[in-house]
Amino acid sequence: MSGLPHRLPEAALGGRAGRLIDRSQTLSFTFDGKTLTGHPGDTLASALLANGVRVVGRSFKYHRPRGLIGIGSEEPNGLFAIGDGARMEPNIRATQAELYDGLTAQSQNRWPSLDFDVGALNARFSRLFPAGFYYKTFMWPRVFWKHIYEPFIRRAAGLGPPPQDADPDSYEQVHVHCDVLVVGGGVAGIAAAKAAMDAGARVIIADESARFGGITDLEGGTIDDIDPVEWMRATVAELAANERVQVLKRTTVSGHYDHNYAVMMERVADHNPALIAAGAPRHRLWKVRAGEVVLASGAIERPLAFADNDTPGIMLSSAVRGYVARYGVTPGHDAVIITNNDDAYRTAQTLFEAGVNVARIIDTRPDAQGTLVDRVKAFGTRLTFSSGIAGVVREAGGKGLRAIKVAPLRRSGRVGDVETIPCDLVCMSGGWNPAVHLFCHVTGKLDFSEDLASFVPGTTNERLRVVGAANGTFDLPSILKEATAGGHAAAKAAIGKAGRAPKAPTARADSEGPMEPVWFMPAEGAKNEGNKHFLDFQNDVTAADVELAVREGYRSVEHVKRYTTLGMATDQGKTSNINALGIVADALEISIPQVGTTRFRPPYTPISFGAFVGQKRGALFQPIRRTPIQSWHEVNGADYEPVGQWRRPYCFPRASETREQAVIREVLAVRTKVGLLDASTLGKIEVSGPDAGKFLDLMYTNVMSSLKVGRCRYGLLMNDQGFLFDDGVVARLDDDRFLVHTTSGNADHTAAWFELWHQTEWPKLNLFITPVTEQWAQFAIAGPKARQVLQSLDSDLDFSADAFKFMDYQAGHLNGAPVRVFRISFSGELSYEVATPAGRGLALWQAVIDAGTVHGLEPYGTEALHVMRAEKGFIMIGDETDGTVTPLDLGLSWAVSKKKADYVGKRALQTPALQRPDRRQFVGIETDDPTFVLPDGVQAIDGTDASAAEPIGYVSSTYYSPTLDRSIAFALIERGSERMGETVHFPIDDRLVAGKIVDPVFYDKEGERQNV
Amino acid sequence: MLVLHCPVCGIEGEEADFHCGGEAHLVRPQSHDPENVSDEVLRDYLYLRQNPRGLHCEMWQCTRGCGKWFNAVRDTVTMEFKAFYRMDQKAPDLANFDEGQS
Repeated sequence: MSGLPHRLPEAALGGRAGRLIDRSQTLSFTFDGKTLTGHPGDTLASALLANGVRVVGRSFKYHRPRGLIGIGSEEPNGLFAIGDGARMEPNIRATQAELYDGLTAQSQNRWPSLDFDVGALNARFSRLFPAGFYYKTFMWPRVFWKHIYEPFIRRAAGLGPPPQDADPDSYEQVHVHCDVLVVGGGVAGIAAAKAAMDAGARVIIADESARFGGITDLEGGTIDDIDPVEWMRATVAELAANERVQVLKRTTVSGHYDHNYAVMMERVADHNPALIAAGAPRHRLWKVRAGEVVLASGAIERPLAFADNDTPGIMLSSAVRGYVARYGVTPGHDAVIITNNDDAYRTAQTLFEAGVNVARIIDTRPDAQGTLVDRVKAFGTRLTFSSGIAGVVREAGGKGLRAIKVAPLRRSGRVGDVETIPCDLVCMSGGWNPAVHLFCHVTGKLDFSEDLASFVPGTTNERLRVVGAANGTFDLPSILKEATAGGHAAAKAAIGKAGRAPKAPTARADSEGPMEPVWFMPAEGAKNEGNKHFLDFQNDVTAADVELAVREGYRSVEHVKRYTTLGMATDQGKTSNINALGIVADALEISIPQVGTTRFRPPYTPISFGAFVGQKRGALFQPIRRTPIQSWHEVNGADYEPVGQWRRPYCFPRASETREQAVIREVLAVRTKVGLLDASTLGKIEVSGPDAGKFLDLMYTNVMSSLKVGRCRYGLLMNDQGFLFDDGVVARLDDDRFLVHTTSGNADHTAAWFELWHQTEWPKLNLFITPVTEQWAQFAIAGPKARQVLQSLDSDLDFSADAFKFMDYQAGHLNGAPVRVFRISFSGELSYEVATPAGRGLALWQAVIDAGTVHGLEPYGTEALHVMRAEKGFIMIGDETDGTVTPLDLGLSWAVSKKKADYVGKRALQTPALQRPDRRQFVGIETDDPTFVLPDGVQAIDGTDASAAEPIGYVSSTYYSPTLDRSIAFALIERGSERMGETVHFPIDDRLVAGKIVDPVFYDKEGERQNV
Repeated sequence: MLVLHCPVCGIEGEEADFHCGGEAHLVRPQSHDPENVSDEVLRDYLYLRQNPRGLHCEMWQCTRGCGKWFNAVRDTVTMEFKAFYRMDQKAPDLANFDEGQS
């Protein structure tokens, strides 16, 4: 390197070098621990270049040294972990990271250091990492997987380290509506937004950068006879001053979805830690519903494919121009320009005016004419036409550029007449790709433009229009006309009226001659194979990889993409896509439109996890449903488990008790004395009307219409495919009124299910379906002393065995509160479920506790409930059912009517598939070792050879039973009901556990305890 | 994210405020003659769906509004809703569908 400073003097470029930076102030930052300085207005990228930093990262696969090539969101190489500790965020593009005092940046994908990287050895063996190397290399032997392949892939895969601690910052999400959403704040977006604003529309205009204007500042010309930068500044100020317009900087529209729904991420405070200290969110996710969308996302310059084109110092031409003009930074002092179009001549002019030597302009075209070319010729710069770069002379380790080799482009592809030109900077321009990504997110179809050798927007069904460079329109007067008309038309479409069409601002710009695509520049020697012609810099995909994929038979571009991983990194192929299509087209000898392109999908650039989560973390993760008794649970030490959005007490551990000890105590309390359970979460639906009974007969497997008023019946709900999805007790409150109980998790679903059948299949039945779950507090008072507890409370109900029988329902009062009492039992003990209006719940609960203390009453949680139901052989929806289990599989045929002509699921239950004798059936399991509790979900096998056996079933529920002092389990086993007394085995880690198939009712088989 | 309109309670909302119940106007053979439903007829009713490219009648529930179900005609290519109609209204004639008819 020359040792000259990279920061240009203020006087360079006619006093305009470094338009965006404030040279009067200095900021310091660290890069891999080294302290460097920059100025306010710098990006991390411009500051690194100003400090002479060339190598900013190592490449993904070969760990080749890489430098910056771009200036915006297209940058594939300059990815950094920025920030410290919990605030560290990986994979930030240096080109978009604004410099602040104290910024810390770490390079990625290198070990142990950027300068010396062990993984660079991969490059020596690049022939081992061709296209599809994952599929080819890591195949066998099988034992290598665990210890060699997987650790290697895990280390090599993915870019950047994740932060290790919880994110201390806040994030937020907002929902907004607008008439017109303008995506992109370049000259096209600004003109479109102004036209829409003037037409009276509510407008949002968003740009991903810290400032508006896109790259118009680098393109020259005038608008309304003034510098375009001045015109844009004034127009943006006008937009910002209008109350109907929202102007958003640092905001990327990352996705466009159906019905004009757009998601934008605003980087609110990444550029200024003081904002976070003052309470601002780091990122804000905007969810926008727009009437119309105007896409003005501009275009991205594409690299050229020549050997060693990834050497640090080789950059996009417009990016170099931008660094000089915006930040007063030149990445090198002896530049070569390689181009196939006129735009790169603007870079030559900028470098010349900034005092940087332009050693040569190499133009792949036979000739170039026009004002841009003439101006450069006048500087005396040497031009070489019909030529390309045939090779790069690299510094040791490939960390920089010494010279390039120029050779004529010949039809034969052979390289000769090579001339070496010393240089430390190459500005390349392969033409421009319209940024059509968002256009494609929903239904947009692309057309191929031969003029641009790129895809441009074609047709779309969306209320979306594309203007400016994103639409393939590159000439300033045309951009302004198209954008002004587009903004006006969008406003008119969104709000119905828009007044007269406005006149576009007048503009002048240099005219440009046609470009000519070049997809591959021949190289000297073996490098002509293309395995150093990089297409996708971020994922290390070369021209040779793409050609190999085609040779191996891949034809679809979607397959080539996945096989080679081209375009699959965090930059989503912004710079690589079209170049790869050119290579595929050449290899297949078809045209690019015949090859087609891969589909662009959201997000345009990565979105932080924090922005996705927004405010929904910690206590706000999801709403919590509270029963009327919740406050009592909270002060009485409940240990919770989540049940849907409820938090139910799992148990109530006393001081020094473990969960297990508490559950055992609670079970024994219910079995020997009395317990109290908060069952308020139980789903409750009232079905009322003259046809309520008839309707429930169609919903349930058994008959409900015959139920007498004041009685309860257990019922099963199947879908029409014959599979069980819910169960519960139905009580008849009155002639035309039933109360349906559902499981806690299925209450909403069951109400919607009833509605669906009522509305679609049986609309003539006269009834109402009313979900009432939260109107009632409900608790179970269960145990041998339950009756004594109730009888000790003031009541107009007679709880005696004769007056209040098992499966009876009665309404009355208890301790002054109106109650519905159901004598039903899920524990197998004498049990009453008492429901009272929610507002009376807590007082009644307390009264029952007070009355029960002398009888040894203890509150119990869901786990004791589960253990006791298992001891009794009762199924649990979600444990014994999984959507493929029928009532017959569970031995519940006694609850499945054969008499009723029709009910949901009846006919399906008769099909051969659901009648097969080898279906898995519900059984009990007793392990030979009574102290061993089987793991939940473990598979069961016949015989003792676990390696050869097919599973014949699995464990669906498993507990230690305090009542029986042994382990118990349920399983679904093939032909299980025929196999009582047989032994099956359960492979657990490296051993087999034996268990006997038994009747699933483990305790009180005759049901005497609940019937006293 | 789709925008829907409930023809029962009149609310307009986003997809997440509703729940899709799949193809509408299925004919349930058991409801008409429960004793004479062949396995083949049952299979077609339970499992075969039209999955058209173009107009599709489907059921939606207004989960965060009135709780009722209704039908919608959606173009599966453009994702546009062409009509919303109540369960007690007749299925539109998709072969001669006129957007003005509902």
